[in-house]
Amino acid sequence: MPVKIALPKGRLLDRTAALLRLAEWGLDGYHEEARFYHIRSRKFPTLTARVFHEKDIPIQVAVGNYDLGICGLDWVEELLAKYSSSALVKIKGLGYAPGSLYVVTGRLEEITTVAEIKDKKGVIRIASEYPNLAESFALKNRLGRFSVFPVWGGAEVYPPENAELALIRGQTEAEFASHNLVPVSKVLDFGAFLIANRHSWESKSLAKVVASICDSCHKLPPDEEISSTKEETVSKVSTQYPEATDGAVRLALPDGHQQTPVLQLLDRAGIKIDDYPSETGNRRPVIGLDGVVVKVIRPQDMPWQVANGNCDLAVTGEDWLREHLYQFPSSPVKELLKLEFGKVRIVAVVSQALPVADVYGLRQFGAARSEPVRVASEYVNIADKFARENHLGHYRVVPTWGATEAFLPEDADLLIENTQTGKTIAEHNLKIIDTLFESTGCLIGGKSIDFSTGKGKKIEAIIETLRSAVEGT
Amino acid sequence: MRVQRCKGTRDLSPEEMVRFRLIEGVFRECCLNWGYREVKTPTIEYLHLFTSAGTLTPSMLGKVYSFLDWDGWSGERVVLRPDGTIPIARLYIDTAGKKDLSRLFYVTNTFIFEETGRKTRERWQCGTELIGVGSPRADAELISLALEVLKKLKLDGVKLRLSHAGLIKALLVKLGLSPEEQSQIFDQILDGNGEALARIKSEKPELENIIFPLLSLKGKSSGFLKNLKALSARSLPEMGPCLDNLIDIVDILEALGDKYQIDIASGAGFEYYTGVIFQLFIGKEKIGGGGRYDALIPAMGGGNVPASGFALYIDRLMNSVKPEILAGSPAQRILVTAEAEVLKEAFDTAGRLRAAGYVVEISLGDRAPAGLRWTLDIRNRAPCFVLRDKVKSAKVEARSVGEVIAFLEDESARKDSLA
Repeated sequence: MPVKIALPKGRLLDRTAALLRLAEWGLDGYHEEARFYHIRSRKFPTLTARVFHEKDIPIQVAVGNYDLGICGLDWVEELLAKYSSSALVKIKGLGYAPGSLYVVTGRLEEITTVAEIKDKKGVIRIASEYPNLAESFALKNRLGRFSVFPVWGGAEVYPPENAELALIRGQTEAEFASHNLVPVSKVLDFGAFLIANRHSWESKSLAKVVASICDSCHKLPPDEEISSTKEETVSKVSTQYPEATDGAVRLALPDGHQQTPVLQLLDRAGIKIDDYPSETGNRRPVIGLDGVVVKVIRPQDMPWQVANGNCDLAVTGEDWLREHLYQFPSSPVKELLKLEFGKVRIVAVVSQALPVADVYGLRQFGAARSEPVRVASEYVNIADKFARENHLGHYRVVPTWGATEAFLPEDADLLIENTQTGKTIAEHNLKIIDTLFESTGCLIGGKSIDFSTGKGKKIEAIIETLRSAVEGT
Repeated sequence: MRVQRCKGTRDLSPEEMVRFRLIEGVFRECCLNWGYREVKTPTIEYLHLFTSAGTLTPSMLGKVYSFLDWDGWSGERVVLRPDGTIPIARLYIDTAGKKDLSRLFYVTNTFIFEETGRKTRERWQCGTELIGVGSPRADAELISLALEVLKKLKLDGVKLRLSHAGLIKALLVKLGLSPEEQSQIFDQILDGNGEALARIKSEKPELENIIFPLLSLKGKSSGFLKNLKALSARSLPEMGPCLDNLIDIVDILEALGDKYQIDIASGAGFEYYTGVIFQLFIGKEKIGGGGRYDALIPAMGGGNVPASGFALYIDRLMNSVKPEILAGSPAQRILVTAEAEVLKEAFDTAGRLRAAGYVVEISLGDRAPAGLRWTLDIRNRAPCFVLRDKVKSAKVEARSVGEVIAFLEDESARKDSLA
């Protein structure tokens, strides 16, 4: 009987690949540079492996698309915190990539215990990549009024001014201290974990595959060297809180691959910025504009932050602005300026093998089958709107955290993806059947900026400086 | 493709709705007669209404249907009402002003996730809240009202079980637990987890001899409580006020002739209770319950206002009520058939028959509704009205609607006299 396993990319990839080498699986193409997500094993010819973002793996195993999976226990617990009846079996900790989840607060908060958090008046905002664990922390500790901000990353930069608490991964006190954070409560210790689908575990013969993993995991050399070098790098981070002047303009800049074009744009505009992109993970670089403070966060999280008044201006993508506005149509965020970099098309993609050429064909495909059409996307709300407006009938949106191509054709029928050239899509034997819209980098801000105030004038000046830089290209 | 009902939900069929409305009707009538006034609160509320300390247990809060609304970018979640009482308390605070007493009742659905999907996740309850008084008399009024509703529904074997949240809390304090541990164990008792008590038992052997017997005692009279008070007066004087309060309540119930059982460790699932907790059972099934929640409105910022209330679970009562015992004989149903040219006359005739108290359906083609005794054919020639009786296989001709009604009334009178 064929066995399917979901393997992690990213953080766990190197160590997991090393483990499976020790287990002599003979996997071709499971390494950082691999461009394809479907892998076979020479040792287990009936086994198929596929590579996912770690966060997707517990969900894929729970819904039964995969019999086995390897991922961090943190993501397993994140799923179970909300969906405790998920069909998951936690088989064995694999002994590598350890970490802990902590609830932390900003040093300025002068809070060190849960009891002190409870005594705080007003709404307790919690930023986290683990919204379910954050919510169960709040419920268990009986926080009266709280809001959980699900963020895509960089939760450590939210306290103290944009969140009272963050639930984040951490290993050492030094790491927290370097971000000016204080741990309040440890929520979970985790490491790489082998999980199974409950039904597969009860009905399939997984013994040989599982045994080969479990017998090899203790032969793996320890993680020590990695974490000691990490400690050295974190100690260099020296996060300073921005001066909390009322009139300061708060600007959010993106992390990740948009940093280079943003830096080029700032350069053309004659704006200096120190330590961006930062090699040490500093998320509060200093910008050469008077009365402007900068914070580096994920582009996905920016519309939320502008909507809540946590920042005045933010550089993100039009795709993420739309994603936000489709979820919250009355959100007070708008595009102020197209920045004309990072241009992508947001497209609907199906497998080459599917006899569907356009949206109309897709609708007929959906109507003709009894199962729901599975739409995988990082853009949950854009995908949902697309499916709704194109009358896909019975459909399900599968949220993903990247590497969405891996989902077709077995684990999804349709992707809503971004693409620059369409090359990756063609390489994965997929085809584009519709273009939803084009997206470029953009500057966003609140709908009701008062340009007559001192701060408003500063904002206007920044917009105009950037406009000249964009138009000069 | 067949569209299915959402997992964990139920439909209410016409037959079930008869039972539903019957329960609702009896409940409404009783409440109105006791001076209670009906209210309805929205299905959607802010989640923080329920997460504030001292309301629902974390285990219940882990199962609510909460989500970000279309304008939820602030992270403020909304929730499908998981409980009937807390929204009423909010409504009272919003609207009551300085009124010292409010007698309110409601019929509503509540939503709580249930994992297997075998039990319904949308539940119906009817409840009352008596806000602004803290006396034993108020508690006794609510218990009596609940019992009256069940009596009027002609339900057999209803058992009333009493406990006291203040008493449980006083005992937990005595165990020397930290406030967190106390509230955890209180939550577990309320969630119906008897093991919580067993664990205390093993951890605190020195107090075991005093407290565990108290928690596990059951009795059926105020004498029992008075003896209990005497027994504990020296070792557990903190229990005195709570025992006095419970004694006052059961004294009234005894005077009214209401039977009850005292079971201190019986749970009720709601953390907001501060005083008497009462639960109603038929056999092993809990069909309702309530209690005093004096700390809820103060915790919600509504000032120092005591309150108590109860709810009856309609879904469960529906299994027990027998509509045939309660409802009078149903109205007679008539099917009116007519050719196209006399359609107006058919509608007019149906209207007159309805005004006379009959249920009248107009034929829409070949598919006749089942179970109808009478069919009235309307024609544009004499005889204009032909009434057929399926039961007797008889036919009557008439010239006017008046004649038809007169005949039907005669028939009904004949049947009554036979009966």
